[in-house]
Amino acid sequence: MNETCIELKNVSFAYDNNTILQNISLRIDKGEAVGLVGANGVGKSTLLNLLVGLRGGFGGSATVAGLPLTDANLPDIRAKAGYVLQDSDSQLFMSTVFEDIAFAPRNYGLPATEVEQRVTQALELVGIPQLRDKQIFKMSGGEKKLVAIATVLAMRPEIILMDEPSIALDPRNRKNLIRLLNSFPQLKIIASHDLDLILDTCPRTVLLHQRRIVYDGPTAAILANQELLQAYGLELPLSLQRQK
Amino acid sequence: MNKLSVSLSEIYALENLARRKLWINELHPLPKLIVTITYIAALTGVAKYDVGGVLVMGVYLAIAFGLSDLSLAKALRRMRLVLPLVCCLGLANPLLDGNRIMLGAFSFSAGWLSLLTLACKGVFAVLASYQLIATTPIDKICAALRAVRVPQILVVQILLTYRYVVLLLKQANNISQAYSLRAPRQKGLHFKVWGSLLGQLLLRSFDRADALYGSMLLRGFRGEYYYAASAAKPRLREVAYLVAMAALILILRCLPAIKAVGASLTGGLP
Repeated sequence: MNETCIELKNVSFAYDNNTILQNISLRIDKGEAVGLVGANGVGKSTLLNLLVGLRGGFGGSATVAGLPLTDANLPDIRAKAGYVLQDSDSQLFMSTVFEDIAFAPRNYGLPATEVEQRVTQALELVGIPQLRDKQIFKMSGGEKKLVAIATVLAMRPEIILMDEPSIALDPRNRKNLIRLLNSFPQLKIIASHDLDLILDTCPRTVLLHQRRIVYDGPTAAILANQELLQAYGLELPLSLQRQK
Repeated sequence: MNKLSVSLSEIYALENLARRKLWINELHPLPKLIVTITYIAALTGVAKYDVGGVLVMGVYLAIAFGLSDLSLAKALRRMRLVLPLVCCLGLANPLLDGNRIMLGAFSFSAGWLSLLTLACKGVFAVLASYQLIATTPIDKICAALRAVRVPQILVVQILLTYRYVVLLLKQANNISQAYSLRAPRQKGLHFKVWGSLLGQLLLRSFDRADALYGSMLLRGFRGEYYYAASAAKPRLREVAYLVAMAALILILRCLPAIKAVGASLTGGLP
């Protein structure tokens, strides 16, 4: 039997009397890769933020990494769930690539040799070992995105949450990202408008529309259904459009 | 380039200086911090009319700038906003100081001397701090501050203020650039939009600062920063640097022969 890693039961969230998410129920098992899709403003980022406690005060109940999503459990949950934010400039805050990637391992009290090893490994995984000592402010948007992913990989999380990971990546780096994501054994939730990326990396897709989950099932089925996608403000992935 | 871009590029230029591969840049931050604090403390201790004594302390700066391959002209230009302020610290001294000093046939208030001393002390202290930050990245300075038991909350405050100043400048620069692209014939910002742009700037900066803080929390931040420098201990050559520079400061500050040289620079005034 599969082990449930994330479970949401009737989760609702409102901000300034504006309901963003309503009665979201979701169960994701260990090792699953789930795509989170939907038109702009349907609450994809908010849902990811909720899972790591960046947005509090939700209704319903949630369990992440086997722990109830409460303030007391947040440090443990955050140690197990790595989150790549949509905007890399909001994720990177140290001066150099090395310092930024080393930030989490150092905070978790790892010895210097282990920190060094994790940084090197994370940089190699995302294919940017040459950027190790580069200053963050000198980097391009795509490079920053790769560093942001590396900062999360250095934590060796059980769960990886990604909000628009392919933004700002050139075609080659996007291809590398897909290869990388497919090589991760961890549970992954990827929120993206890049439906081709979702098609290539997530066997399961959750479609959000007007604050609710309107579809949860195999990616191949939903992303090939043009009528369904158009009804919810989306388009067929480019790769499928070309086939038609 | 607008003024905000200039300010940002100057901050980046300072970061670049601090990350050069010079031997002095790669020294452990703790000895450099102690040397700078010692220098500023020694400078502060110079008597208020001892212009010569203060000027002699400039020898340390000449050596430190030379070792760090720093340009004094660029340092003065980068510190141009701070320097007038420190020079003005003793502005009231000539009026308030009742002591008189004779220079040949002329008598004048000793306050002029203390004003000059204070201005020199201020400028030298700013330049010494500049030399430190131009050879040591801010995160390493903070690690050194923690090593000398400066309270964690204060050190984190310094670091975050530095990060957020850059953030604020970036946001302000983005807004200003977006404005100028759509108002190409205007010089600067029209006063009618000042209010809304300032509001935008604050909201955006809060938003970005909140996101950054969230990102820190997600990576295990509990109020303490850890750096490679936090764990490493100063090596022999770094201790040697500390001893040599501290000795230099002591010599400049205490040796009568050096003081005499200083006094001769100001024509033998007290």
